Amino acid sequence: MEFKDNLPVADNKLKLPSEGEMMGEKMIVAVKDLTQQFGKSVILNNVNLEVSKGEIVGLLGPSGSGKTTLVKAIVGMNEPSKGKVKVFNIEMPSLKVVSNIGYMAQSDALYEDLNAYDNLLFFASLYGMRGKAARERAEEVLDLVQLKGDGKKYVRNFSGGMKRRLSLAIALIHNPQLLILDEPTVGIDPVLRKEFWNEFEGLRGKGVTIIITTHVMDEAEKCDRLALIREGRIIAMGTPAELKKSSGKDSIEGAFLHFGGVKGE
Amino acid sequence: MRTLTVAKRLIHQILGDKRAIALMFIAPIFVLFLLNIILTSSTSKPNIDLVSAPSQLVSMLDKEATVNTVNNEEEAIDNLKNKKSDAYIKFSNNTASIVVEGSDPSIRKLVLNTINKVLSDNKAILEGSAAKTTNIKQPIIQKPEISYLYGPKTMELFDSIAPLLMGFFIFFFVFLIAGVSFLRERISGTLDRILATPLKRSEIVWGYFLGFGAFVALQTIVIQTFMVYGLKVANEGSFWAVLIINLILAAGSLSLGTLLSAFARNEFQLFQFIPVIIVPQILFSGIFDLREAPQWVNILSKVFPLTYGAEALREVMIRGKGLSEVVVPTLILVGYALLFIYLNILALKKYRKV
Repeated sequence: MEFKDNLPVADNKLKLPSEGEMMGEKMIVAVKDLTQQFGKSVILNNVNLEVSKGEIVGLLGPSGSGKTTLVKAIVGMNEPSKGKVKVFNIEMPSLKVVSNIGYMAQSDALYEDLNAYDNLLFFASLYGMRGKAARERAEEVLDLVQLKGDGKKYVRNFSGGMKRRLSLAIALIHNPQLLILDEPTVGIDPVLRKEFWNEFEGLRGKGVTIIITTHVMDEAEKCDRLALIREGRIIAMGTPAELKKSSGKDSIEGAFLHFGGVKGE
Repeated sequence: MRTLTVAKRLIHQILGDKRAIALMFIAPIFVLFLLNIILTSSTSKPNIDLVSAPSQLVSMLDKEATVNTVNNEEEAIDNLKNKKSDAYIKFSNNTASIVVEGSDPSIRKLVLNTINKVLSDNKAILEGSAAKTTNIKQPIIQKPEISYLYGPKTMELFDSIAPLLMGFFIFFFVFLIAGVSFLRERISGTLDRILATPLKRSEIVWGYFLGFGAFVALQTIVIQTFMVYGLKVANEGSFWAVLIINLILAAGSLSLGTLLSAFARNEFQLFQFIPVIIVPQILFSGIFDLREAPQWVNILSKVFPLTYGAEALREVMIRGKGLSEVVVPTLILVGYALLFIYLNILALKKYRKV
């Protein structure tokens, strides 16, 4: 299927080509034999990952294991050295698919000299949302992350937690069908973390697919499926219960050590 | 003790940035080297055309200047305008009139000194021969009449370099501001973030160009207005022609600044480009006379965008030419701006492949 050069805007959702035809299931993300290499250092080594519609998949691993690189490959910011990444059955990198992805980077990439509201409007406009619709949506997501009263405040005066919330609001601004969150709950308090997860579960209920990276074990328990990543490889994959069962341990942390130990001898 | 700890950390830190160390030592040597080349190669002989000159005088002048005998005054004026000569001397009856090109005060001075030297060295001969041939006790050359093709009689050094200075300051400040702010977008991670949206790489670069362009245009107008009306720098051409050249120069600098920020990890590294990229451009842009400089200097000066800006500004502000007469350097500047923008779009591939 050919796409025009015009980028699809948020209210003109991407039509998924051959949806349900090739995979049978509603496959949202398919990573196949992905190797990502920068210079001589291999960051991802032969990674395979499939994510279906409406599930929350956690990428669990220590920092430096390649989680962010994997996530960036899915968003289409890196071209795979080997293998393929398909999102909505379109090979990445593709600018067209990006309009349907909400991305929350690991660091808060916000414009400090703009207020929260203007930050949102800027990103809304990058997705082709304009005028009243964009303003209303900005209000909506501000409310969602409980920043309603802070819209007119400059981001430079925000606390760390507020910045995290605004980053999430930006990732949600264009009603994406796929949400990719790179360590969304780092450095935020338990209350806020709980609120974030309530939000994620609510989105899942609406059919949104979520990929989330974390190195917090108790957060991993909340995911539908988990991919354990270590040194650029997926060492195990399954529901939290399956992982615990097959490793014979009673915690995700134990399971991670088990699978990691087998791999590293 | 802790002072030493701080000092030690700093030394380690700087050692970790090889480029900074290289620049600290190489940059000043490089700049001094360039200055040395330019200052030691100043023109020693002016080019002087002679119109119907006595043959004696031709041979006298020949020792001190590059003399070229032309047939008539029109030809001499043409040579002067085309910068083939610095001055011409025309003789009629017993008087000489000297016309000096005049846009560069240092060459102006050189021409006058040379002519004075020749006249005083040969005073006796000139007077003697005059007496023999005409039987009148009158020197062959009476006090010559001096006029200038360009520039007022009292042109100061500042007037002549003002167009260059103006061009340079606009170029320099725009470079810094554009470079630093694009760098901030990289460092803060927002560049990465906006590249995770459907935004095209070219849209970012052109967006920056336009957004900054608005401020840069304003800055250019302020600098130019202050120089022309505040400092009363001589401007023979139209204010608008100068403004258009300045704006195009600023556009080139804006795109160069954002491009070079791709090759800097932080502000410090961006500032390191100043001695390497900016200073040579000033030295070679025409503030100093490069006629006798080595050829590679002249080739390099033809590579730098600032040279074309300076040339166009000089033509308009000192020689009073119109925009239509400086189309070539102006178009070259536009070409540079477009080239830098294109390269910048390519450089962003580092952040996203499509």
